[in-house]
This record gives sequence, C-alpha cells and structure tokens, in this order.
Amino acid sequence: MQPLISVSDLSKTYDSGFQALKNVSLDIMPGEILALLGPNGAGKTTLISIVCGIVNPSSGTVTVAGHDIIHDYRITRSLIGLVPQELTTDAFETVRATVTFSRGLFGKKPDPGHIEKVLRSLSLWDKRDEKIITLSGGMKRRVLIAKALSHEPRILFLDEPTAGVDVELRKDMWKLVRSLRDDGVTIILTTHYIEEAEAIADRVGVINRGEIILVEDKAELMSKLGKKQLVLDLQKPLDRLPDSLREYSLELAADGSQLVFTYDTQADRTGITALLAALSEAELRFRDLNTSQSSLEDIFVTLVSDDETREKP
Amino acid sequence: MNFQAVKAIYMFEMARTGRTLFQSIVAPVISTALYFVVFGAAIGSRITDVDGVSYGAFIVPGLLMLSLLTQSISNASFGIYMPRFVGTIYELLSAPISFLEIVLGYVGAAATKSVIIGLIILATAGFFVPLQVAHPLWMMFFLLLTAVTFSLFGFIIGVWADSFEKLQIIPLLVITPLVFLGGSFYSLSMLPPVWQTVTLFNPVVYLISGFRWSFYGIADVNIIWSLVMIMVFLTACLAIIWWIFRTGYRIKN
Repeated sequence: MQPLISVSDLSKTYDSGFQALKNVSLDIMPGEILALLGPNGAGKTTLISIVCGIVNPSSGTVTVAGHDIIHDYRITRSLIGLVPQELTTDAFETVRATVTFSRGLFGKKPDPGHIEKVLRSLSLWDKRDEKIITLSGGMKRRVLIAKALSHEPRILFLDEPTAGVDVELRKDMWKLVRSLRDDGVTIILTTHYIEEAEAIADRVGVINRGEIILVEDKAELMSKLGKKQLVLDLQKPLDRLPDSLREYSLELAADGSQLVFTYDTQADRTGITALLAALSEAELRFRDLNTSQSSLEDIFVTLVSDDETREKP
Repeated sequence: MNFQAVKAIYMFEMARTGRTLFQSIVAPVISTALYFVVFGAAIGSRITDVDGVSYGAFIVPGLLMLSLLTQSISNASFGIYMPRFVGTIYELLSAPISFLEIVLGYVGAAATKSVIIGLIILATAGFFVPLQVAHPLWMMFFLLLTAVTFSLFGFIIGVWADSFEKLQIIPLLVITPLVFLGGSFYSLSMLPPVWQTVTLFNPVVYLISGFRWSFYGIADVNIIWSLVMIMVFLTACLAIIWWIFRTGYRIKN
C-alpha cells in the first residue's frame, strides 16, 4: 500500500537558530490513526505545521497522496483538515458563520447540509447562532474541529486535541476520532497524554528533540518493549531474600510483604514455572498474586530518557 | 483560481463591516459632516471663492480623499492584522489558496468599504454645499483607484505592524498630515513660491489635485502627473506585497 503522507529527510531550523526537526522521515498509511508522542518542544507542532503549509521546511520533502506539498499545494491542502493546539478563533462570528467561512476558504461550494451534519456530530447545532466569544473552552475546541471538518478532508491533523479538556469531552473526542476513521479519514494526532495514544492510536511515533525515535504498531510496541511483573503477596513478611531464590530477578517490596518478579513476555521461557516451584521448595506461602504490564507511559519515559542519556557526552 | 476562497474572505470582511456599522460607516460620515458645517457653512461663507469655486465646494474632494485614504488603510490593515494577532491566520496559511487570492479578498473588501463611505460622504456633502462633478467617470476612476491603492498600502501596514500602536501610527502621523498639507483646504497658488515647490514633494498633492480636477475642471498640477503618481503608488504597493509573499515576511516562518 502506498503511504498517504510521506515525509522524507525533513529538517527545519528557525530564524532564531533553533533546530526543530532533524532529518525526519515518516510514512503515514491511509486510514490509520497515528499518535505522535513527545515532550513539549519536541517538534510535533513544527512537523504538522510543515505538512499543512504554515511553516516552510528548511530541507527535505513531503508528499500527500503523491503530490508535493509545495508545488501542488492546492491539491495537498484541500485534502487536509487541521485542528490547531491553541484555541484560536474569531470572537464575534457565529459558530455557523465561521464554519461556513472555512469551507469556502478551502474552495468548496456552500453546503448547508454538510455544515449541519458536522455541527450536529459535535453537539454544536444548538449553539450554531451563538457568537464564539460566548462559548466555553471545550465548545471552542469543538468549533475548531468543525472548521477542520467543514471541507470534508481525507486527512485530519489534531494538535493536542484534548489538552485542557474535561474527561467527558475527551471521551467524546475519542469517539469522534474513531468514527471519522471508520469513514476512511486518516488521523494524525499529537499528544503528551500517553493514555490517549493507548486508547485510540493504531501506530505510535515517538519524537524527541526534533528526531523520530521510533514508529511502531501500538500493540507490537507494547509487547516488544513491555515488561511484565508478577507480584506475590506473602503471608509472612521476609527480612531478606532466601539464598535459594537469588538466581531469579526478584525484589522484595512493601516492607518484605511482597515479592516482585520481572519477566519478558516475548521470551520463550518466562521462568514462571521454575520460580513457583522454587517458592514452594523454600516453603514460602502467598495470599495473592497478580501480574501487570507496563503502560505506554512507562515505555515512553524509558525511550525518552534513554535518548537523553545517549546524547549526553 | 480559488474563487470560493476569495468570496469567503470578502464576505467575512464585509460581515465585519456590517457588525461594526456605526464605527465603520456612521462615524466617518459624521466627522466629515462636521468639517462641512464648520468650514463649508460657518467659516466658508466668509472666505472668497477659490478658482471660481465656493470654498465649501472646493474642500469636498480633499475631505473625500482624507476619508478615502485613512479608511482604506485602516480597513485593510486591521483586516489582515487581526488574524495575525489572534492566531486565526493558521487557517489562511493552511488553505489551498494563493497569496494573490488572500490579497484580493482582503483588499477587495477594504476598497469596497472605502468606496461606499466615499459615496455616502459625497451625498452628505450635497446637503451642505452646491456640488458639481465635471467628469463623473474620471471621478469614479480616481475614487476606485485610490481606494484600491491605499487598501494595498493598508494591507502592507497590517503585515508589518506587530502592535496596535504601529497599526495606528502611519494613518495618524503620516497620512493625515500629508492630506492636510496636500491642498485639501487650499489651492497651492495660495502658498508662497518656496512652499509651492516644497509641497510638490508631497505625493498626496497629486491625488487631491487630480480628484478636484474631476469635480471642477481645476487642478494644481497637470492631470497627467496625477495619473502617473497614482500608478507609481499602485505599482510600489504591488511590488512590496509581491515581496512579502515571496519571502513570507512576518507571515510564515
């Protein structure tokens, strides 16, 4: 399958000398939800801004549906809808007027039916004749999404869509993203809420200090990098680990009342059976046991801190 | 050509005018009417005719020019400054439109508004002073061309300004003095010879003179020079705008 968006060797150095992107290459497939994770200032917004035409690249190329974003900007931009990070809206326009304006700007003939559909899907229909200035922050965010969807884009960029948004709206947003994907829209979202990427993304890209550290299928990433822990609640607390258990990667936790065993889910032999046998041999009884898998957040923190230690001289 | 986009920007800007009707249209009309009351009716009746035209009527083209220039500049500069200030410019930059279309939308709307204000002021003037328009087509030509040229100039200011203060500074400190000293209220022949020469360096003189010629057939400078000057302005503004969009100056990183 041909990628829908293809970024190759993209670099951006701002006039201030700050290098926001360093030789970034990335392919985005049609119909997927890609989450770009990264700390503040990692280059997520710069990357999106270049693809959308807001920032000029310093070097490298980007194609959208096979068209160059600079030479064929009319084609590429008409395929893309962008929801910016900041709540930048006009103040005195009505909701319907501003969404209709966006559709016109993208060269589409007026279509009140489509505008109504978009506003309804975002629960904005009741507010259609209200001025934007009177809306709450969450509602303004919805207006920005409605503007981005006004021209029926095939690709939607969401730059930190749920920053500062309450739980209910966040869940609504995820639902909307999934339903857009079901309609065939390709979605790229940036976030630093790992929970968000975990909940809705198909693939995850991690970007740090202008470089893409990794792009991976979410499930694969989690199983590949995901460590699993087996926690055993002991009936009697231990002062120290018995010698017979030294060979296992065990740790005593919770004042000696818990044994924590870390293992790799991908390994052929996880060592659980042997451990359990050794435990019964050592006559250690336990009340309860549970396993937990590291979250995307743990993976992300590990990746970014590895990246930072590597860079340090 | 993305006509839908030009139309969208144009309608957006005209809607803004509609929302601020008082400030946009009523205010300039009232302030100009005050000039007519004071200079045209009250003081004007004691001033002798200038080149055979009553003083009240003589100042009409100059006052129209004053409104036309300041309105064109402030409309267009505000129109493009606001999206930059608020941040909504992201949408213009990410839309499939060329810079030409952006300029057409903003400058077209600003010029339309100025022409409407100009015509309303002209009609208002008719209540206070005896009006005659010797060359109506030329009058409209000057009106349109000046509105377009100075809306382009306003667009440039709106891109250049990075504060509201800078937005106001050119209309207040440059344009208004140039119009007042450019023969709005007097004929150049009323000045001492030295000042007549100095005044010829004021570009607005040529605009007012040409405009007055279209009303009364009298001019301080040859009509050809007026046409040349306005074309020079227009070309200069177009060149600067072309440069702005080529380099992305203050619009795009």
